[in-house]
Amino acid sequence: MQDDAPTAGASDPRRAAEKAARASYGRLVAYLSARSRDVAGAEDALADAFRAALETWPVRGVPERPEAWLLTVARRGLIDAARRATTRSDSAAMLVQAAEEAEESRMQTGTDDFPDERLKLLFVCAHPAIDPAARTPLMLQTVLGLDAARIAAAFLTSPAAMGQRLVRAKARIRDAGLRFEVPERPDWQDRLAAVLEAVYAAYGAGWEDVTGTDPHRAGLAGEAIDLARLLTALVPEEPEALGLLALLLHCEARRPARRGVDGAFVALAEQDTALWLVPLQREAEEALRRAARMGRIGRFQMEAAIQSVHALRGRSGRTEWAAVAMLHDALAGLSPTVGVLVSRAAAHAEVHGALAGLDLLDALPADAVKSYQPYWALRAHLLTRSGDAAAARQAYGLAIGLSEDPAVRDFLRRRMPQ
Amino acid sequence: MDYVIMFYEPAQLFADREDPAKSGAYWGAWMDYIGALQQSGLVKGGQGLQGPATATTVRVTDGKRQVQDGPFADTKEQLGGFFMLEAPDLDTVLEWAARSPAAAYGCVEVRPVLPPMPVPG
Repeated sequence: MQDDAPTAGASDPRRAAEKAARASYGRLVAYLSARSRDVAGAEDALADAFRAALETWPVRGVPERPEAWLLTVARRGLIDAARRATTRSDSAAMLVQAAEEAEESRMQTGTDDFPDERLKLLFVCAHPAIDPAARTPLMLQTVLGLDAARIAAAFLTSPAAMGQRLVRAKARIRDAGLRFEVPERPDWQDRLAAVLEAVYAAYGAGWEDVTGTDPHRAGLAGEAIDLARLLTALVPEEPEALGLLALLLHCEARRPARRGVDGAFVALAEQDTALWLVPLQREAEEALRRAARMGRIGRFQMEAAIQSVHALRGRSGRTEWAAVAMLHDALAGLSPTVGVLVSRAAAHAEVHGALAGLDLLDALPADAVKSYQPYWALRAHLLTRSGDAAAARQAYGLAIGLSEDPAVRDFLRRRMPQ
Repeated sequence: MDYVIMFYEPAQLFADREDPAKSGAYWGAWMDYIGALQQSGLVKGGQGLQGPATATTVRVTDGKRQVQDGPFADTKEQLGGFFMLEAPDLDTVLEWAARSPAAAYGCVEVRPVLPPMPVPG
């Protein structure tokens, strides 16, 4: 089962080669586009080299200097393209120049050590001038080199529509001349929050693909964790980046337990903790401790702390619901989203009883929860516990109708009172 | 904007509708889905269709009528029903498409409705 966990496969040579190729690719796209502002041009220049890397590295091993390998192949393509170019000749020339600079910098230092501009690239992708719906896809494509079709499936969009969204966003970066920069205060917090949000959305897009095997809904959980890890390396002083990484790792650690052997959905409270991936949980705890030492609490650290309490059940055998409820109260103060408020109601129901949970659910605006599956699933569960079978059946019906995953529908059907 | 969302189901599922051992699960899944969809406030109309065996197809070729038993194309999946939705964007409709029982065992097609034609003259 552990082989299925995307992040547990560091020893798998295929995955390692792919990771190296993506890291080198992202560094080069970032370097070339930061100097030319032409993201699409930089991607085009590297596309063939990257494809070749994804094919050959897993077989022959990662070259000693992966970036040099990609750069050499890409530079030839760039010079050819610059010769052919008639319209965007400015950016083509800039791209060639940037590639040559990178090459020189390598020669001088004798290493692959040209500046890592991926942080600037992440900030450009989550720039306020970029359509929020394009930010996560843009990151996945430019920083990790994922293709539009794969991203589209994860976001339930057609490949053509996703392709267009990406083209528009890149044109905007080039034509509006968005600056490739690491923002200064006072913008820093807001801009960083947008980057974190976009990485979190990448994980959410992979969440439903539990087994990681459905080609139509190919999950992006592993890629999202790669982005979160990258971010903690690029901004090591930001506790929220560590909080986000801790949150994703805690969720990922439970993936093998989220389905029974027969593929049936297993609720968190009933998961076999022996299936949880302890190394990921340890890494999450370490990230959260490092964040806590910086003394600046935030939404992602709070969410990670909640998952951390759940993870403790693996050792103690029981869930400290009072702590979960308290953390949810604090989280609701920081980030009162519908998702947070529904989980808060669930935690309070465990501590103070079903009616207390139902009271909290009743206080939510009807419009916001009308088509929100977790609200109806929790409501159904609490109504059953409070003995109102008729109302529970109705809520179960809605929760089932709103579920996309057949395994979740079956789970809810089994729970519905007769 | 208005969209039509069409559910295509494999032959086995049309058979399940009539099978006493399976029809409860089949219709139960649809009733839950339709209930949730109705509650969304997006539905402008829609119907379920009887199975492809009840279809009749008509063509006029060179002025001659051709009437044929069965659906127009003998494909693996057949139209089982449709809804017309008024939704703010395609993404919303795709979410509802993915939730439908047909998405898991057949497929769902979503099409925007043509804007109203200008009245001639």
